This record gives sequence, structure tokens and C-alpha cells, in this order.
Amino acid sequence: MAFCGILILIFYFSAALITHFLFELGIFPEASLSLDNPIYAHPSFAHWCGTDRLGRDVCMRTLQGSGVALRVVFFAVTLALIVGVPLGMLSGYFGGLLDRMLVLIMDTLYTIPVLLLSVVMAFLLGRGILNAAVALCVVYIPQYFRVVRNQTTQIKSELYIEAAKSMGASPIWITRKYLFRNVISSIPVLITMNAADAVLVLGGLGFLGLGLPETVPEWGSDLNMALAAVPTGIWWTALYPGFAMFGLVLGLSFLGEGLESWVSSANKDI
Amino acid sequence: MSRKKALLQYSVTRLALIPIMLWLISSMVFVLLRIAPGDPVDAILGNRANAIARETLRAKLGLDQPLLNQYLNFINGLSHGDLGEALVNQEPVSEIISKALPASIELGVCSLIIAIALGLLVGFSGLAKAEGKIDLLARIYGISTYAMPPFWAAILVQLLFSVALGWLPVGGRFPPGLIQPEGSGFLLLDSICTGNLPALQGTIRHLILPASTLGVLLSGIFSRSLRINLGRMLEADHIEAARSRGINESRVVLYHALPNALLPVLTIAGITIASLIGGALLIEVTFSWPGIALRLQEAINQRDYPVVQGIVVVVASLVVLLSVVVDLLVASIDPRIRY
Repeated sequence: MAFCGILILIFYFSAALITHFLFELGIFPEASLSLDNPIYAHPSFAHWCGTDRLGRDVCMRTLQGSGVALRVVFFAVTLALIVGVPLGMLSGYFGGLLDRMLVLIMDTLYTIPVLLLSVVMAFLLGRGILNAAVALCVVYIPQYFRVVRNQTTQIKSELYIEAAKSMGASPIWITRKYLFRNVISSIPVLITMNAADAVLVLGGLGFLGLGLPETVPEWGSDLNMALAAVPTGIWWTALYPGFAMFGLVLGLSFLGEGLESWVSSANKDI
Repeated sequence: MSRKKALLQYSVTRLALIPIMLWLISSMVFVLLRIAPGDPVDAILGNRANAIARETLRAKLGLDQPLLNQYLNFINGLSHGDLGEALVNQEPVSEIISKALPASIELGVCSLIIAIALGLLVGFSGLAKAEGKIDLLARIYGISTYAMPPFWAAILVQLLFSVALGWLPVGGRFPPGLIQPEGSGFLLLDSICTGNLPALQGTIRHLILPASTLGVLLSGIFSRSLRINLGRMLEADHIEAARSRGINESRVVLYHALPNALLPVLTIAGITIASLIGGALLIEVTFSWPGIALRLQEAINQRDYPVVQGIVVVVASLVVLLSVVVDLLVASIDPRIRY
């Protein structure tokens, strides 16, 4: 299953890279330009996936969207990692009042539905690639925090940590040398699962008219535009961007699933 | 301490924590709306509005007062059920929400029923032959329903059943030509209570597509958790013991494994409510279902801060309440849970 996921992801990465270079070289037309195209043209040889309400080529926009989605999701997950993991380790290692407050705040954040929270954040931050990434990362910080904190509190009481402490190791040394390596093993599964979720949430934001600027080709906002054309039976504007999103989420989920069963079987062996 | 007493103590502490969490959530929404870059006045009026208009609006929103006063007013209003007024038409936010909420709850409950029924069915069918073809298909079903963007699924369903086949309406909640039955706002209940058959028919026809789309998308979570838990349960010692006593397999599954496997599923159902709301948000917008999510989207587009704030606070509070209810339910059913 993980193999399937990796194949799909390689396909998306290469699609994003190749289209990026072809656009840079001017072989592909700019995705937002459309002046001389017919509007709502059926899929044909000239426009493989047809054109949308403004005459933009659906195929080009879908291809460009893959790069945009990958970039935003990468930023979002990295930001969540950078904030969530150290906070979790600090909170778990030191405990006390700081720990209790952080846990309460993170738990409260965690109970708010993912999409609702990111809608609020995106509403406040306005549109932009970095803004969308921040709106998404807020949702995932509590998840890293929880996992890392719980593992840290477990490992903290192990004998070897005690031994290191009694030999005079500083907290920074202990977190870097012993805690970090132990805690990090559970992170990759979470990363892939979060990335899959983030693709969906980003699409949801775009669909609601939030997230990325209008000039950026994004699957969710394209689908929102396609929604208006549904009653007239125009299917190509909706089918392709949605399918691209579905495929990317599927690939990431397959990878996550595969990683998870691999990690749990590795744990069983020990 | 007896079990009953312990359960009571647990329930009381969980219930006592509710106001604290609600207070935290509303404070968080308040703080977020204040520390965010950008001025709400700018967002509503645009950059080129004149100074008088800006000052008037600022005073109307209460933004000219010190932050602490604003916060105290907000919390004070909230504790009296006052969520402020909409900027667009001065309608009280609480009224907007109470009008839109029944539609959302109706859709949510119907899709949850579909999700559970379908999830149990698929989860069971995979078990018939573990690691077999059906099992693999059921697993793929679980992942695909999760990976499907809800609004895309909804658009495809609309294209197929409403546009191409013309069986069911594309969107909305009630046929435009009929008069809506008065009452609770739950149209299904209202039309049954008033015995209004055409209204009932129209309501059901409008409900089928959104409810089943959301139901199918959510069923994957149930089928997978049931499959995993049942699989684990069937390897347990007491099942082995039951089998060796010669009890037939279907009885073993139904009476010995299933009750134990359903408990984690109930917990998952509690967690699912949060994602149900996320999915419902998008499904409502796609099907123009006049629920709370459609109002939220409208408010976002109109930059109506009080409405956005009110809806977020109410929905998040509902999620917290539901999750506590599920936790208490699980605790009261499962004697193993220690508090």
C-alpha cells in the first residue's frame, strides 16, 4: 500500500515540477490567461479538459494547482512541526503549571472542528500562500503537541534519562540526545496523515472563497466556480480539479497507512 | 468507592469542566478576532471610507472602548445568550443561528444514521474472510471515502442524479411552490405532525442527496474502526474460549465480540461529530442547504464579524457538549474505564 502511495506522490511531484518548467519556458500558456479561448468549451484536442467560465484551460489549471497545493501543504506541515514538536517536548519534560496551561489550550483548540478553525484563521489572515499555510498549521499544532508531549512524559521516567541526569547532563543535552530521537519515530505517520488532511482543508477553504489569492490556480476555488455551472450539466470544470485533489489525498493516505502498519509491525518485533 | 459513586464523581467533574472550556473557546475566538492583522472597520467599509463613517462603525461595534471593556461586554452578553447583531441587517445573531440550526441538525442526524448503518455493514462484510478480496475492498472503500473532497463528491452526485438523470432536486431544502409547515423548524417532524403529505415528500426528496453524500463519506471511518476493533477482539482469549466450548461462529461474533468492539466505535462517533461538522459545512454550501454553514459562508463573504464570531462560538460549544456526552455514555457502558 505504501508503494502505491509513493508512486502516486512521485507522479504528483513530477507533474508539478515539469509543468512549472514548461510554464517558465513559455511552452505552456499561462493558466490565468484565457482571452482568446471559447468559454465552457467541451474537452477537445485543443483543450484536453475543456475550458471554464472565463475560457481558461481546465487541464492547465489543474496541473498548475498540483504545485500550489504541494507548496502550501509543505509549508503548513513544516510550520506545525517546528512549533508543535518543541512545545510538546518542553511541556512534557518540565511539567508543572506551563504544562497544564498548554495542555488545556491545545485540548480546547483540538476540540474545535478542523475546518471551522482554519476558516476562522483564514478569514482573519486574509488571502495569500503563507497566510493559508499559517491558517492550516494552527489546526495541526495541537496534534503534534499531544503526541510528542505524551511520549515525552512516558520516556522522561525511564532509567537511562535518570542516569543521564545524575551524571549532570543539561536539559538541552537530554532533549537533544535522548528525547528527540525517541519521540521522532511516531512523527512520520502523523505528517502524511496531516498532509492528506491539509490538502482537503485547503480545498475546502478555496471552495468557501478563502485561502489563496484569486490569481493562483487552486483546485478548491476552481470547484467553487464549477458549482455554478452544475445545473447546466457542464461536468468537465468540476471533474478534473476534484479528481486531482482526490488522487493526491489518496496517495498521501496510502503512504500513511503503509507507514503505520510498518511501524506497528516493527514495534511488535521488539 | 463503589462504581456508581465513582461514575457520579466522574460525571460531575466532566460537567463542571464544560463552562471552563466554553469560556476558553469564546475567549479564544474573541482574542483571535482582536489580534488578527487588519482592522474589521477596514474590512467592512474598505480603505477609502471617510473618517466619520469609520468612527460611527467603530462606535457601533464597540471597538472604540478599551479592550478589557470590550471583552467584559462580550462575555456578559454571551452569558445572557446575547451574541450581538448582524452588521448587514441588524438581526440578532442568536436569532439567525436558531433559525438555521434545525436545518443543520436535521441533515446531520440523517447522515449520521446513514453513516453508521453503512459503516457497520461494510465493516462486517470485510470480516467474513479476513485478508480476503472483500476485506481489501472494504479497506479501500474506507480510505477512498476519507480521501474524497466532500464538495467534489457532492458536485458529482448532483451532476449524476439531478442533472443527467433528473431524479432529485439539485439543491435547497424545500420545494419552492409549497408552503413550509410551521413548528419546530425540523421540516421532517413538522410535516409528519401536521400530516402534510406533499410537504413530507418534498422534504425527503430534497434531503436524500445531501444526507446520503455526507453519510457515505463518513461511513468509511466507522467501517474501518469496526473492522480493526472486531479483528482485534476476535483474537482475544475469551473468544478463543467461547469457540472451544463449541459455540458457533456467528454467535461468537454477535454476542461475544461485537459488544466489546462497538465501544471504541462509539468513541469514534464522538470524534466524528467534529469532522461531521466540517463536512456538513461544505455539503451545505454545495447543496445550498439553508443551515448554519451556509449562513457562515454568507457572513464570511459579507465580512459580518459578529455573525462569524457567534456561529463559531455556538458550533464549537455544541461540539464540546457532544463530546462530553459521548464520553459519559462510554464511561457508563464500559465497566473497565477507571477515572
